Amino acid sequence: MNSFKTALIAAAVASVAAGAVTSVQAETELVVVSWGGAYSASQQGAYHDPYMAKNPGIKIINDDSSNAAVAKLRAMNEAGNVTWDLVDVVAADAIRLCDEGLAEVIDHDKVLAPAPDGTPASEDFGNLLVSECFIPQIVYSTTFGYRTDLLASKPTSVCDVFDLAKFPGKRALEKNPINNMEWALLCDGVAPDQVYEVLGTREGVEKALAKLGTIKDSVVWWSKGAQTPQLLADGEVVMGSTYNGRLFAVIEEEKQPIAMLWDWQVFDLDGWIVPTGTKNKAAVMEYLRFATDTQRLADQAKFISYGPARKSSAPLVGKHATLGIDMAPHMPTDPANAKTTLLYNYEFWADNRDDIDERFQSWLLQ
Amino acid sequence: MTATDIQNGPTGAIVTADGQPLKVSLARALRRQRLFALALVAPLFIFVTISFIIPIADMLFRSVENSIVEEILPETVKALESWDENSGELPDEAVFAAMVADLKVAKANRTNSKVGQRLNYERSGMSSLFRGSGRKAVRIKEGPYKEKLIKADKDWGKVVTWQVIKQFSPNLTPGYYLASVDAMQTPDGSIQFEDSEKAIHTKLFVRTMIMSVAITITTLLLGFPIAYLIATQPAKISNLLIILVLLPFWTSLLVRTTSWIALLQQKGVINDFLVLVGLISEDGRLAMIHNATGAVIAMTHILLPFMVLPLYSVMKTIPPTYMRAATSLGAHPWPAFWKVYFPNTVPGIGAGAILVFILAIGYYITPELVGGTSGTFISNRIAFHILNSLNWGLAAALGAVLLAIVMVFYLLYDRIVGIDNMKLG
Amino acid sequence: MTGLQSTGDPFVRFQEVQKSYDGETLVVKNLNLDIANGEFLTMLGPSGSGKTTCLMMLAGFETPTHGKIVLDGAPLNDVPPHKRDIGMVFQNYALFPHMTVAENLAFPLHVRKMGKAEIEERVQRALDMVQLGIFGGRRPMQLSGGQQQRVAVARALVFDPKLVLMDEPLGALDKQLREQMQFEIKHIHDNLGITVVYVTHDQSEALTMSNRIAVFNDGIIQQLAPPADLYERPDNAFVAQFIGENNKLIGKVTAVDGDQCSVELDSGEKVAAMSISHAGVGQKSMLSIRPERVMIGDEAADCDVQVQAHVQELIYLGDHIRTRLTVCGREDFVVKIPNSTDRAGLVPGNEISIGWRTRDCRALDLPDNL
Repeated sequence: MNSFKTALIAAAVASVAAGAVTSVQAETELVVVSWGGAYSASQQGAYHDPYMAKNPGIKIINDDSSNAAVAKLRAMNEAGNVTWDLVDVVAADAIRLCDEGLAEVIDHDKVLAPAPDGTPASEDFGNLLVSECFIPQIVYSTTFGYRTDLLASKPTSVCDVFDLAKFPGKRALEKNPINNMEWALLCDGVAPDQVYEVLGTREGVEKALAKLGTIKDSVVWWSKGAQTPQLLADGEVVMGSTYNGRLFAVIEEEKQPIAMLWDWQVFDLDGWIVPTGTKNKAAVMEYLRFATDTQRLADQAKFISYGPARKSSAPLVGKHATLGIDMAPHMPTDPANAKTTLLYNYEFWADNRDDIDERFQSWLLQ
Repeated sequence: MTATDIQNGPTGAIVTADGQPLKVSLARALRRQRLFALALVAPLFIFVTISFIIPIADMLFRSVENSIVEEILPETVKALESWDENSGELPDEAVFAAMVADLKVAKANRTNSKVGQRLNYERSGMSSLFRGSGRKAVRIKEGPYKEKLIKADKDWGKVVTWQVIKQFSPNLTPGYYLASVDAMQTPDGSIQFEDSEKAIHTKLFVRTMIMSVAITITTLLLGFPIAYLIATQPAKISNLLIILVLLPFWTSLLVRTTSWIALLQQKGVINDFLVLVGLISEDGRLAMIHNATGAVIAMTHILLPFMVLPLYSVMKTIPPTYMRAATSLGAHPWPAFWKVYFPNTVPGIGAGAILVFILAIGYYITPELVGGTSGTFISNRIAFHILNSLNWGLAAALGAVLLAIVMVFYLLYDRIVGIDNMKLG
Repeated sequence: MTGLQSTGDPFVRFQEVQKSYDGETLVVKNLNLDIANGEFLTMLGPSGSGKTTCLMMLAGFETPTHGKIVLDGAPLNDVPPHKRDIGMVFQNYALFPHMTVAENLAFPLHVRKMGKAEIEERVQRALDMVQLGIFGGRRPMQLSGGQQQRVAVARALVFDPKLVLMDEPLGALDKQLREQMQFEIKHIHDNLGITVVYVTHDQSEALTMSNRIAVFNDGIIQQLAPPADLYERPDNAFVAQFIGENNKLIGKVTAVDGDQCSVELDSGEKVAAMSISHAGVGQKSMLSIRPERVMIGDEAADCDVQVQAHVQELIYLGDHIRTRLTVCGREDFVVKIPNSTDRAGLVPGNEISIGWRTRDCRALDLPDNL
């Protein structure tokens, strides 16, 4: 009996010791939150895999929660248990997270690598550093795609979306005032530089809604970026807005009869924030320096048609990793595509989103 | 000593053999049992408290909680107490000085934007006012504060800015509840309702009720015959049918929704078929998705099991001899069904209906994906405020109103049907 | 089975009725049965013997696969159950739980569109008949099992049906209540003079209540006879074993002489028996002797047949004593001895003489399981 007991204790000690050893050898796990799908895949290909290959002690775990990141981070913060290490968010969310103190303030020049020619990061990113907590990754745009086979002629202007006579059929628009209101005002004769001034007034909002009202019965409202490509592919709509990368996938990868309408595309930024309270701050910062350097940002464009946020990355954009086509002409920032553009107005929407959204949603219900 | 003496102690109360009063002794004997029973219940009680009662209490609290303004702007709130918000005049220098001091502290703590965001729910522009002024306030080293602050941002020179700050200084606010019924408190204290055309929440509440009732009715109409079939078939067939009924639970929500879209959309299977057989013309394709119809169809499908299962479990307990007895007593099968079988299924109908109704009222993913604009529920708005606008106070108030509506329905139901008349299985 | 059909106009007639559920086996095999007006007929048999199926065909809940059922001169085959005017008492009463007792009783009257006053009067009369006059306002669930049973009987009778069917109506009651209800039902039958077809698997219930009993087995009526005949003169081995207690002795028929035959038992003894349903000379037969017809002691000496027996055990039962004996090689031979009889020599282990009269010993067919 005694020997049995001894054996038990020995086994227990051994297993505890083994556990201790493995935990010493265990990798640091970084929880990286992103959008999932093709976008996460592009990050995996451009950032995560090369980094893990270089740093065997790091394991990157993907969490596809970006669409609810702000709410979840706030909840985690209130509960005092932040389990995320790095979060991919759009710029507007980054600004809000920064405002709420949920994101770490980043000293861009200290944390991020300079451009290959030595230009400091803050200059390389330039005015895309819209928040002191935000590290931009890509420039994407919300723009239109249309069915090449279902329309009599080719739409050339965003105002063609509002022209039911010339372009009959349904349109897909986001169930959200942002972008739609700007396009409506632009097509209602408001000068581009006065769009936000007009939209800041009650009359301006009604003016935009009135313009949208001219096509309201022909609109399918989407709430997920994947809906428009599907609606276009099914022929349910003849044109629709969505993120340019989604349209690229449905045009170039799925070879659907769809084409891009870049007119008055709205640029927005997507990038990283480091949540306040992460348990692996040092490891994350190290990863960030790698993942946002000039080459890595350029590499991401091999997988998805979003423009790199660093000026120095633009010349390095090459061919698509599997399709082998040149990616530069598919970038929203390509000069041919960017003749008329808007940049998401962060400050305006931070101030007015609640009000205009409420008015917009009640208008939808009418 | 006689036997009675032993039983009745000196005071006349019954005592045990060792002289303890019987009641004391009994209480002691029962205490252990009671503690044991308590220990058995405790895990569930703790679980329910942590996972249900506390969150709901928290939600209810959030819907009136408003300590953030006083927390971040303590000096200003104090200084504003003496200001008459209806005077039409700006507050005095002391208030401005307090604001600058508060902003400096807030900027250092990175809380200035936070309070701005909170006040932005009440008045657009507060967000950028506070974000921008945080930086500028740091540069104001000395008075006159009023002049310098107004110079930094002209919004500080508007009376309404200060009215909003004063109005939302108290730690508790009715603002979220007012917003949840499309009303707001004007700076002079009166309550003003939004034009009915612009009202959004009341409209959505009413629509949610109507749609949920519609879904409950369709699930009942579809579920009753199915449940009857399952309940009356031999076990082998009924088990298979139950599996078919439960199938919607086993497929992911997105797969289900996507297949409904493929079926119902204008270029979808059903429309194609109807055009093919000539029931509708190519131009007259039916709009069955991205509207209320789509939401009702898809949600009926998802919630059908919640109607079928209680109905089935009740019907299973109704002996087939009831119908036989009724017919043998001379009733035609139809009256036999209505007068004898149907009344016995009422507990199942009640249970199924309240289950489906309550689930429908709170659903939001399906309406979001297939409901278009005419099939949106109030829950979509709650989700929006939780996930996107981050106005959790308003989301909580909307949730509390929804909860209150459900409770009212529940009480009405109890009045009419009787809760103990309900059988869930 | 020609003997089952009496002459004259029967009230209920089953004519060559067959029933199959699966198209492969017959649950009821060629049933011919006449039931007289006012008769209390019991269908008795083990479960699966086809008796309930027959009742359900009569009620209209099952359709005969072949054959004809006639009620009061009219063929029933195409008459739906609700037009047959047959009252039925179900195994679990099938009282409608959402109606009061009075509403339950009024149900068949309502569907017959009777006037309110008449309904009330009839309901009250029916309630009084089953001594439940004050319970009209209660729900069935608030009544005891026996009371529910009475309500069920009253409901089946309240609309003056031509015929009342009862499907094991007392199965759910305890023994004492069951016996009481047997008498009550019998009294109601006697008082109203109504025809009752009663299904049970309880032989004592059948013996107590019936004018005639149809013993079912394997889809066939094995014997249709008044209770006393059934017990004392079973036609075949199944009936002999199914009704009452039965001692069996197995042997080979060696000769038949008129209504008697001689049988050589497996243990060697030769005995005489009534020749009933054995397969003929040279074939095996089961001899059936009721336990109370076996004599011991002095009385045995007067018997036609006498054999030696070895006493195995005695069980004292008050009014009588059960004795288990080894007789002619069988250890399960039981004798019931009235308490008044001299019990000299009845001690386990003793050898005694027993005997019986030839007319109490019936040579029957040999069942498959022996």
